[in-house]
Amino acid sequence: MFDIERWQEIFDTISKNKLRTFLTGLSVASGIFILVILLGFGQGMQNGIAQEFEGDAATSIWVWTQTTQKEYKGLNPGRQIQFRNEDYTTIVDKMDLNIDGKSKFYRPRGITATYGNDVLFYQVLGTTPEVQFIENEYIVSGRFLNNADEEQVRKVAIISAKIKREAFKNVENPVGEIIRISNIPFTIVGIYKERGNDQEEDRIFIPIKTAQMVFNGADKLDNLSFTLPAAENFDAAVAESVAFKSEVETFLKQKHSIAPDDQGGVGIYSPMEEAKRYYSLITNIKLFFWFVGVCTIIAGVVGVSNIMLIVVKERTKEIGIRKALGAKPWSIIGMILHESIFVTAISGFTGLILSMGLLEIIGPNIEVDYIVNPSVNFNIALATVFLLVIAGAIAGFFPAWRAATIHTIDALRDD
Amino acid sequence: MIEIKNLHKSYKMGSNSLHVLKGINFSVEEGELVAIMGSSGSGKSTLLNILGMLDELDEGSYTLDGVPIKNLNETKAAQYRNKFLGFIFQSFNLINYKNAMENVALPLYYQKVGRKERQEKALRYLEQVGLKEWATHLPSELSGGQKQRVAIARAMAAEPKVLLADEPTGALDSKTSYEVMDLIQKINDAGNTILVVTHEPDIADMCKRIVHLKDGVIVEDKKVEQVRASQYV
Repeated sequence: MFDIERWQEIFDTISKNKLRTFLTGLSVASGIFILVILLGFGQGMQNGIAQEFEGDAATSIWVWTQTTQKEYKGLNPGRQIQFRNEDYTTIVDKMDLNIDGKSKFYRPRGITATYGNDVLFYQVLGTTPEVQFIENEYIVSGRFLNNADEEQVRKVAIISAKIKREAFKNVENPVGEIIRISNIPFTIVGIYKERGNDQEEDRIFIPIKTAQMVFNGADKLDNLSFTLPAAENFDAAVAESVAFKSEVETFLKQKHSIAPDDQGGVGIYSPMEEAKRYYSLITNIKLFFWFVGVCTIIAGVVGVSNIMLIVVKERTKEIGIRKALGAKPWSIIGMILHESIFVTAISGFTGLILSMGLLEIIGPNIEVDYIVNPSVNFNIALATVFLLVIAGAIAGFFPAWRAATIHTIDALRDD
Repeated sequence: MIEIKNLHKSYKMGSNSLHVLKGINFSVEEGELVAIMGSSGSGKSTLLNILGMLDELDEGSYTLDGVPIKNLNETKAAQYRNKFLGFIFQSFNLINYKNAMENVALPLYYQKVGRKERQEKALRYLEQVGLKEWATHLPSELSGGQKQRVAIARAMAAEPKVLLADEPTGALDSKTSYEVMDLIQKINDAGNTILVVTHEPDIADMCKRIVHLKDGVIVEDKKVEQVRASQYV
């Protein structure tokens, strides 16, 4: 390996057989290049999916009301279900559930919000202060709803940064401004922003007690949401979400006389489960990318083997001459393998560096949904290069061995 | 230098066996210049291949410089070839991507001679065959006679005990043939043992001894008055 004479002999051979060397190198480099790019995009898709689900607290559960679809206990299908405060307190206080964050919503019907002469086409939603943690919201100005608002039934409202942008163009700071909801004045006390995307920034929040009292809501609720304590790992989190979901669903269906197998009545959603579905899709896509990548590598190995076969065939006479001049069989095999390992290693690393460089440069600039920062595990990429080099060496060994052990006289006769 | 006793060699051709050498007894002293003659199929090339350890004998014994040559594996044979023998082929057998000097230096590489020394020695031998100015030329840029002289320089470079030449002039015209023979004679004059396989009588006459092979046996073995090739050059 460190025989300087051998290295010189190999450099001589390589520099005088440029096309052959180039072709071998190209097939290796392109194999590695394609594999790394594929793996990079597999990882990029996984990153993208993970980011899409970052928005809402990952272990959250959403519950809402629907109309029933099945007849049950003498009740007709098509019945609109209405949650009550009692449902919420039962779930929170009476059921033995492990809840981290909780919130309830009441959406007043038949109301219009206005600011000056402008109608605000946004949803007005009564809720509790905890909603900001459940929906990953943060305050950019003023404050969020608090318990005092709730207790004193204050007429205050929170708007989003998007609403500020769209409806309060001419106001430097909308905090302190008055909006009217069905002609009842509410003071804006804060502006919130949502992590992830602004698709959910279409809502004006008011304290739930205010909403229920002022707009004839009595003790009606429309939505409930909960978050669960962080689980040890992804699978445990999914399992806990599923268990929680089924308990709450059973309770609510029983309470409101809904058939246990009714698809309607109670809507319940857990992003965690959705994420799991995406993650398994991603696993499949990554598997597919691996499959394509491995096929590419195999094609590369076959290519290298072919070239090695031709190289050895082409050099049979030269091998004969070298043997007549006193080359031992092992020095012939060593020379051929040394050359092939050197060429495949250099071109493998070239492909690796080029592809990783490309990912490094274009990766952070990719702005496509579901693909974020494609990158590749360097060790895996390195391992594939070594695999290819070893495969090339094995592929080269057998023809080299044959050529080195046939009779010198036969090798010399080869034309 | 070379001692051969009762040498037999046959080749298997399918189910038939072709008996090529049928009991050769033959010896060569140091400093001899021997021509091995015979028509094609007489076994002269087979004999040379056995002498060159490129082929194995079936029966009999072969001693080279006091060393018995038998049951050699490829590694051992390669060592012996490198140490004892220099080859000159009809088709020159130069490596086409190496220039003249590198071709001459190649046997020295297998003797583990350092690169610098190798090149110096190679240039010295190229100078001996009159091709020093052609050192950096590839074989494809040389004429047939020049190629054979490079091949002779290469055979000499390893400083072998015996030079084996298989039809060294077979691919050359008569003028170039005489030039090559002149070179071979000069090398022989310097004390080297040389065996030349040929079927051309005029080439054989330029040696000091002619061994005539026919159908696998020596029919004639005589010392001759050497014709100097220089008079034709």
